[in-house]
Parts: sequence; C-alpha cells; structure tokens
Amino acid sequence: MEKILELSHLGKSFGNHVVLRDINFSVKKGDVISVIGASGSGKSTMLRCINLLETPTSGEILFHDTNILNKENDIPAYRSKVGMVFQSFNLFSNMSVLDNCIVGQVKVLKKNKEDARQKAMQFLTKVGMEPYIHAKPRQLSGGQKQRVAIARALAMEPEVLLFDEPTSALDPLMVGEVLNVMKTLASEGLTMIVVTHEMSFARDVSNHVVYMDDGFIVEEGAPSQLFSEPKEEKTKAFLATILAEK
Amino acid sequence: MISEMNFLGRIIYILQSYGVSYLTGAGTTLLIALVSTVIGCLIGFAVGVIQTIPVREGNERTPGVYFLKLCQMILHAYVELFRGTPMIVQAVFIYYGLAQIWGIQLGMWQAAFLVVSVNTGAYMAESVRGGIISIDSGQMEGAKSIGMNHFQAMISVILPQAFRNILPQIGNNLIINIKDTSVLSVISIVDLFFVHKSVSGALYTYFESASIVMLIYLTMTVTVSRLLRLLEKYLDGSENYELADCMDIGNQMHKKGA
Repeated sequence: MEKILELSHLGKSFGNHVVLRDINFSVKKGDVISVIGASGSGKSTMLRCINLLETPTSGEILFHDTNILNKENDIPAYRSKVGMVFQSFNLFSNMSVLDNCIVGQVKVLKKNKEDARQKAMQFLTKVGMEPYIHAKPRQLSGGQKQRVAIARALAMEPEVLLFDEPTSALDPLMVGEVLNVMKTLASEGLTMIVVTHEMSFARDVSNHVVYMDDGFIVEEGAPSQLFSEPKEEKTKAFLATILAEK
Repeated sequence: MISEMNFLGRIIYILQSYGVSYLTGAGTTLLIALVSTVIGCLIGFAVGVIQTIPVREGNERTPGVYFLKLCQMILHAYVELFRGTPMIVQAVFIYYGLAQIWGIQLGMWQAAFLVVSVNTGAYMAESVRGGIISIDSGQMEGAKSIGMNHFQAMISVILPQAFRNILPQIGNNLIINIKDTSVLSVISIVDLFFVHKSVSGALYTYFESASIVMLIYLTMTVTVSRLLRLLEKYLDGSENYELADCMDIGNQMHKKGA
C-alpha cells in the first residue's frame, strides 16, 4: 500500500526536557494505528508534532515523501490534509454545530457555502449529530461534542485523521458512542492514528499498535502479536498493569 | 428677574432660554464619544492582534520577525504614551503641537476625534490583547488543525469570542468617553460641558446648570449601558436550541438547487 506519512528520527525537547527520542514509523493508506503507553510517555506530543502543533527539534516528517519541516512548506495546506480530533474537543464555541463543520471548507478549501453545507450535513449525519445542527457546542454533552469534532475534521476530507485521546474526557457511557463512530470510520478505510487508553479499541480495531515509553517507541506490531506475545519486558509490564485494571 | 425665582423656576428659565444649546452640546458630546469609541476599538483590535502575533519556532532570526518586533515596540510605546498622560493635555499637545512643529493645522473637530480615538485605542489595545490571551488555546489549535492560518483563525474564531468577552470594557470606554469629552472644551469644542460653562457664566447659575448637565450626562450613560446589555444578550444567543426535524435536515442537505 501507498505510504502516506513517515516519521524519521523525530525528536522533541522542551528546553532540557526531552520528550521524544528518535521516533521512526510509517503510515500506509488505510492503516489504523493505535499508540498506547503511560501518561507522559510522549504519545500526545508525537501526535501534535505530526500536525505541527508542536515543532519537532530534530528529524523529519515525510508526507508523500516531502519533508514538511522544510521552512518553505505551506503548513496550513498540509494541516488541512491531516485532520485532528482533540481530547478537549476544541469546537469553535462562537459557532453552531453546522458552522463548525462549514467554516474550514469555506475559508481553507475555498468551497462555496452550499457545497460545504452539503458536505457538513453528510458527515454530521454519519456521526448521528444531524438533529443538532443549530446547537452551540456549550449545549452539547461531551460525547456529542466529540462526534461533531470528528465530523468537522472529516468535512475537510483529510488523508489521515489523528485522534488525541478522543475518549479520555468522556464518562464511560459516552465513550461507547464515540468509539462506535471511530470503528465505522476504520472499517470504511480511513487512515487513522489514534492515541488511546482504550485497549479494546487498540486490540480489536487497529491493524498496528505502537507502544511508547519515555519518548521511545518500545515495541510495535500487529495487535494480536503485541497483546498476546509482547517481546519487550516494558510492554509486558505495561499491558499487565493496564489489563489488570479493566 | 432670575435672582428672584426659586430653584425650579430658575431651571425652567434656563431650559426655556438655552434648552436647544444644551441638546446641541449633548449631541456633540455623544457624536464624538460614539465615533471615537468605534474608531478607538478598530485601533485597539488592530494593535491587540499585532501584539499577539506568534513567532514560529526556528524563525526568530528572520527579517520579517525583526520587523514585527519593531512594530510591536512602537505600538507598545504608543499604548504607554496615551494611557500614561491625561487626555486634556493630549488634546492641547496635538491641537497646538501639530500646528507649531509640523505646520499641520487640524480643525478642532478633527483634533477632537483624533485625540479621543487614539486615547481609546490605547486602552482598547490592552483590553483586546487580554481578550485574545484569555481565549482557551484549544480554540486556536482547533482552527489550525483544519488548516486555517493565524489570521483566518483570528477573524473567524478568536476575535468574535474575544469581542464578546471584552464588550463590557468597550461599554466602559464608551461611558468614560461620554464624560471625558468634557475636557475637549480646552480646544473650544462646544460640547455639553462647554454649554454649561457658557450658560452658568452668563447667568451666574452654576448649581442649576450643573444639575441640568448632570441629568443629561446620566441619561446618556445609563441609556448606553442598557443598550450594551441588550447587545450582550443578543450576542449570547438563546439558551435553548431547536432540534432540526427531517424537513430541516432535508433542506440543509439539498439547498443547492434553491
């Protein structure tokens, strides 16, 4: 399959504090990659680096074989092809649900408003939020907000969608509704990188799992392999702890 | 004669003789305050936006960034200068100073609008900067994540929210301006306070005229603050929302033909 994204020797430090050390991995079209690991292991920072919300301090990020860290690179244009769903939703609180899904298409993709509206409705219907188009984000529950946030990202028709702990701020009842949407998207072939603490999602939905600790990728592989026969001691210890909690 | 009348009688007499002058003065006051507050807000938004332009990591040593820093320093100096000096002095300084040093002879109206606008702009710049900083950083990240650049995000997402949050301060500034335009009488603007000085000087009725003027100022400021409250309510929108029914959803999906 066609390689979309490749991280090569990626490093990030905040001052003297090193968060990512020599991260290497690649994403092919249709991949659903789960990134797991303890809090503070650098998972979210890696995801934020991919979308350039953080600037990496070393290494390369290749998008269709072009290094996007080059100074000449048009960052907004790149970001419009790499969507992001945040833990804290980050819906625009001054806009209705519908406008949240329209504004990017009109301002960034320069679509006309009617086409954008149709596209927005298509994806809002997909996430089951079409009755709420007139609501403001503050009037929605967490799960509803997150589904709108997914629709907003999808409306840009990105090549890769990044999920930064999309269910961590939700109560258990709402986790299901968001995970179901994500499962549907995965089954439809959307390329996704998901930072998550939901081990069932990582095991059952993704086709590749990355385990991170202390800024390194400790181990990666197919979920069946990584969950049932982890090679590294650290992975075993992490899985033992987290699966015991469930 | 007027000295033989009681308080109420004197007020009625003043109103009968000079009522129109008071109203014209009040109109002038309101005009300068409103226009200058609007222009001041525009200045304030422009300055606040420039002051909060972020520098991309790794770009610190480019000519563009040096130019930005220079602009920010100049704007910072502007804010300090006009916040740190009394408007009455600024009025004299600009009206007479421009003429003497550069030979620019501003009309007193131009000078009045200029002084109050620029003064308001200096205050608003800080309010806007504070308003922008106070918006949750997630809003900017959300905007960037769908490919908006800094200015698109500012205009579509950040500024509308910042505007709502600083609306009470804009109201404050408008009210302050309605009152503080009274200092413009030093450059011969015939505002409400100037009318008061003329009338009370002519009739020796300081207390009576002041009472009238107090009441007019109060009416203007209270009205303005009520109107701004209504604007705030309007901007907040309804607490409730309508669920879209099938018809509505269908319309939203198929509006293209319309």
